[in-house]
Amino acid sequence: MNAAGILQIVVYFAVLTAGAIPLGAYMARIYSGERTWLDPVLGPFERAIYKVCCVKPDQEQHWTVYAFSALMFSVVGLLLMYAVMRLQAMLPLNPAGQAAVPPDLAFNTAISFTTNTNWQNYGGESTMAYLTQMLGMTVKNFTSAATGMAVLVALVRGFARRQSKTVGNFYVDAVRSILYILLPLAVVVTLALVWQGMPQSFDAYTEATTLEGVKQVIAQGPVASQVAIKHLGTNGGGFFNANSAHPFENPTALSNLIEMAGELLISAGLVFAFGRMIGDKRQGRALYIAMALMLVVGITVCYWAEAAGNPLVQAMGVDVASSDLAPGGNMEGKEVRFGIANSAIFAAATTGTSTGAVNAMHDSFTPIGGMVPLVNMMLGEVIFGGVGCGLHGMIVFVIVAVFIAGLMVGRTPEYLGKKMETREVKLAVLCILIFPLSILGFGAVAMVLPAGLAGMSAAGPHGLSEVLYAYTSATANNGSAFGGLSGNTLFYNTTLAAAMLIGRFLIIVPTLAIAGSLAAKKIVPPSAGTFPTHGSLFIGLLIAVIVVIGGLTFFPVLALGPIVEHFALAAGTLF
Amino acid sequence: MAIHRPQEMSLFDGSIIRPAVISAFAKLDPRDLVRNPVMFTTGVVAVLSSVLFVRDVSIGGEYTAVVGQIAAWLWFTVLFANFAEAVAEGRGKAQAESLRKTKTETAAKKVAAVDASSHKSVPATSLRAGDMVVCELGDTIPSDGEVIAGIATIDESAITGESAPVIRESGGDRSAVTGGTRVVSDRIVVRITANPGESFLDRMIALVEGAKRQKTPNEIALTILLVGLTLVFLIVCATLPAFASYSGTVIPVVFLIALLVTLIPTTIGGLLSAIGIAGMDRLVRFNVISKSGRAVEAAGDIDVLLLDKTGTITLGARQAAEFIALPNVNERDLAEAALLSSLDDETPEGKSIVVLAKMRFNFAESTLGKAATFIPFSAHTRMSGVNVETASGLVEIRKGATDSVTGYVAAKEGKTPGGVPKELVQAVERVAKAGGTPLVVARDNRLLGVIYLKDIVKPGIRERFATLRQMGIRTVMITGDNPLTAAAIAAEAGVDDFLAEATPENKLELIRKEQQGGRLVAMCGDGSNDAPALAQADVGVAMNTGTQAAREASNMVDLESDPTKLIEIVMIGKQLLMSRGSLTTFSIANDIAKYFAIIPAMFMVSYPQLQALNVMHLASPQSAILSAIIFNALIIIALIPLALKGVKCKPTSAEVLLRRNIVVYGLGGILVPFIGIKAIDLLVAALHLA
Repeated sequence: MNAAGILQIVVYFAVLTAGAIPLGAYMARIYSGERTWLDPVLGPFERAIYKVCCVKPDQEQHWTVYAFSALMFSVVGLLLMYAVMRLQAMLPLNPAGQAAVPPDLAFNTAISFTTNTNWQNYGGESTMAYLTQMLGMTVKNFTSAATGMAVLVALVRGFARRQSKTVGNFYVDAVRSILYILLPLAVVVTLALVWQGMPQSFDAYTEATTLEGVKQVIAQGPVASQVAIKHLGTNGGGFFNANSAHPFENPTALSNLIEMAGELLISAGLVFAFGRMIGDKRQGRALYIAMALMLVVGITVCYWAEAAGNPLVQAMGVDVASSDLAPGGNMEGKEVRFGIANSAIFAAATTGTSTGAVNAMHDSFTPIGGMVPLVNMMLGEVIFGGVGCGLHGMIVFVIVAVFIAGLMVGRTPEYLGKKMETREVKLAVLCILIFPLSILGFGAVAMVLPAGLAGMSAAGPHGLSEVLYAYTSATANNGSAFGGLSGNTLFYNTTLAAAMLIGRFLIIVPTLAIAGSLAAKKIVPPSAGTFPTHGSLFIGLLIAVIVVIGGLTFFPVLALGPIVEHFALAAGTLF
Repeated sequence: MAIHRPQEMSLFDGSIIRPAVISAFAKLDPRDLVRNPVMFTTGVVAVLSSVLFVRDVSIGGEYTAVVGQIAAWLWFTVLFANFAEAVAEGRGKAQAESLRKTKTETAAKKVAAVDASSHKSVPATSLRAGDMVVCELGDTIPSDGEVIAGIATIDESAITGESAPVIRESGGDRSAVTGGTRVVSDRIVVRITANPGESFLDRMIALVEGAKRQKTPNEIALTILLVGLTLVFLIVCATLPAFASYSGTVIPVVFLIALLVTLIPTTIGGLLSAIGIAGMDRLVRFNVISKSGRAVEAAGDIDVLLLDKTGTITLGARQAAEFIALPNVNERDLAEAALLSSLDDETPEGKSIVVLAKMRFNFAESTLGKAATFIPFSAHTRMSGVNVETASGLVEIRKGATDSVTGYVAAKEGKTPGGVPKELVQAVERVAKAGGTPLVVARDNRLLGVIYLKDIVKPGIRERFATLRQMGIRTVMITGDNPLTAAAIAAEAGVDDFLAEATPENKLELIRKEQQGGRLVAMCGDGSNDAPALAQADVGVAMNTGTQAAREASNMVDLESDPTKLIEIVMIGKQLLMSRGSLTTFSIANDIAKYFAIIPAMFMVSYPQLQALNVMHLASPQSAILSAIIFNALIIIALIPLALKGVKCKPTSAEVLLRRNIVVYGLGGILVPFIGIKAIDLLVAALHLA
């Protein structure tokens, strides 16, 4: 670790916070239906969309209708994307002449992009036509992000409203998310990325002859427009197979900062928007601090582990100290233009949020460094998390924390004036059960079936980590890959798709049920008898609940994966 | 009014322990066990490990001795939890037993009509609601009911423990009688209001015995959380063999079972019902009967407390503060008359008049002649007084409410009532405005003046309200006084708000308004006109002296009729939830140490590197697992006293409480098992148990 590395982490948080606070204020206005300066430009489009789609924007929905709308919106999108992939050979904008995507891969990919996971069992430049990248991937990046945001907004309304039967209108929330938040930001970020040298064209792949005289095909395409929303919408599905490690997908240090800040910006902003929408900014700030603290710890541990490097390499007499000329530490699988600190931030940020883009190979991290992204996802993808999903996942943990804490002060637990009773606890417990059920369940199946074992590239605990990472990433709707695992098999395509669906919709539905239940309740005014949920005590308690629940659930498998690998490495054993 | 402190019962009284041990085994019945999902799970795996033990014994196993011990400790875990519940119930039963003694098979004198001259003797248990019975001197009242004719003195000590008899009469607010109490004077006709098995005594017995205990809403919510955690750990333990087999380890099933049981929240799961029963028990020992556990929990959530002024905030008895003589009357004469009329008056007001008169004018001890007849206060005349034989003949002194005394004077003069002197009206008004009660005094046919009886705010009540405020509870004083008087007393007592000139309607409206704002309201009352408000309030506490209507409408009844007890009820409700929360936190925090004991032990063979996690340096894998499971069982026993007594609950702000409980039960819960498991491991190793 060095001063420059630490400075980069500080700068990163400064940029993020400075952007998230005003964006939060703006988003709160968008979701409250207030006028903004973009209204004159986008208002007509918004109204036109409602007219074409026969949406009555003033018609509020009960949570069940809201949930049904969200599901249908996803299903229709999923089918469209599947069709585009299967038919791409017959469609235009296919200069590389990509063939139709095989059914199981198309199924996996469609689900992956619909659930905002963006797990990729394919290489973009070798599988997808430009039209598929745009009409399939890019469009889904917008809609899946908007779905998550809409679900969150419904939950926030549950807190803000009193004795209400409805939680808002899904279509309005989704349309406003895309039109007023995602689209304008994506335009700005796309232009910035093009400025940094990212391609944005329909040209065919370029053939070049290298110095050695070898023919090389250089892939390109409408990259910038997809990369911008890939980060803003915490999607993470790369245009190229190498994702953000590819020079065309992340050309410079500045583009790297834009991508890293972009993937947290909306999630962090929504936390502030939450504070504003419930009329108590301190509550949003407290959750922001809780999330930021966990992210800082993750980045620091990862940075420390990677900077310390591999003791075996050191033992061979290699200088692993950082100097002006050498980054030192473990540089395997990292881009030289980003270095260790920025790879650590990227790894922690991409897994803290459910983005899943990578600018380095997590498979090549040290055991502890590689455990950080894994743990970030296992904790429930609540360290800012996916746009919308991160915060609504966090609120589920808040409900559990508040329930235990509330009992300890001798009152029926309440959060933001809403009493947490049997129904809320039941639904929150349901959400929490999803992670162990899917990750450990599918993981265990893969551990015993030959089809599962066949996919691993490494033996011993590292192989276990690869599989564990895959199901964690799928369930958490993250999409980042540890690398190493050969996922494009019938077994992994199917089980990972199932994990993604479970991790998305089995959490969205109970979350909306909580929203409906909360909206119907009265709001209890705070008194000295209610403990404050904006102070350091509660922030500490919340983090403890998240870490203890996640830790207790996954400690045994982590012990068999990265932890034992770490101790083995220290003792000189490699896998 | 004497406040009974709950009688302390030694926690592990022999008479409770012995039956509790037997009951702990009886409760192994799966039909009982299934009510508690965490313990049911433990029971199932205890059966499983016993089977494994038998198998190991018959075909020989690697760790037969350890398997046997683990199976035994799993059974102990379940038994300890059952024992905790049985002890809690036993304490209640001891109380129920003493209650039941009053429920002897009495014969009731059933009558056909109120004025029927003859009665039929029937067993008390055959009485239905609506039946009428006659109760005379020496009779035990056969069941709960309402006095519909007559007046009598009743000894309620069997129920309340209060030795002084109380008066019950038809009509008005003191008409309810309780089954099991005894008539010590006069004769009343009672209309029975409870069917067999539904009477107060029956309810009280059922409540403390916990037999038919319904789970309260919060208990259900917590149980769901515990079931959720149990499921999480079931998934963890069920999938672990797959990950382990990939890693080249075969985990003996019994070790997996041990891991599961140590991880699932057995501590809180085992003590949950004991906490609930003990909470009810505490309430009963405060002589408060709750009709449901729900109300006790709601009491902990109370935001607003409506308290009647008289008897709660001020002393029920007022004190004489001043003599206001009419213009042509000497103040000393007024004081003397007041003194004479009060010498035999045993009421606190009467005594205070004597004290004031002697203090002001130094009257000698024996002012009163021998031939004085004291006329006690009666509800009909609304006056009291004295008739004194003097040299100049019989002198009649009367004191009482303005209209009664002026009416009496007018009658003496042979005039129709009316025409009260202007000065008297002024004096009476002055007293009323200052928040006092005027008492008019007359000698023979002459009005002398007014005694100013002042409301005395109870000593220490201000501090209690300050405490409540700290806990976030707002107090509202309810009074029939005018707003000016009410404001004066409210300020003196330190309540947050007041409702003056209260009527049943505006009381109800106030409660509704607070509830609309999302607040939970508690109130206490005794009159029939309080019934709607009592029913509307989230926690309504009726006084036992109150009417049947009030007692029916409320969800708690205070047998001692002490309205300030609402404060204790709130504390009991809070303590109940706090005990649950604290032990849940403790239970979950314990798991961290257990992982450090069991995980390295389980994978010792295939991954010896994991010994780095064996931070407690436990002797061997088998002893580590055994120690963890022994600790897990013993902690239940160790925490029974805490579950029964409830965690320490000082009235203070939520933030301070939370910090304290997190430190004690959260951090404590992390540390204690590290020490405990290590200590047990040393013992296990020393005794070569594993």
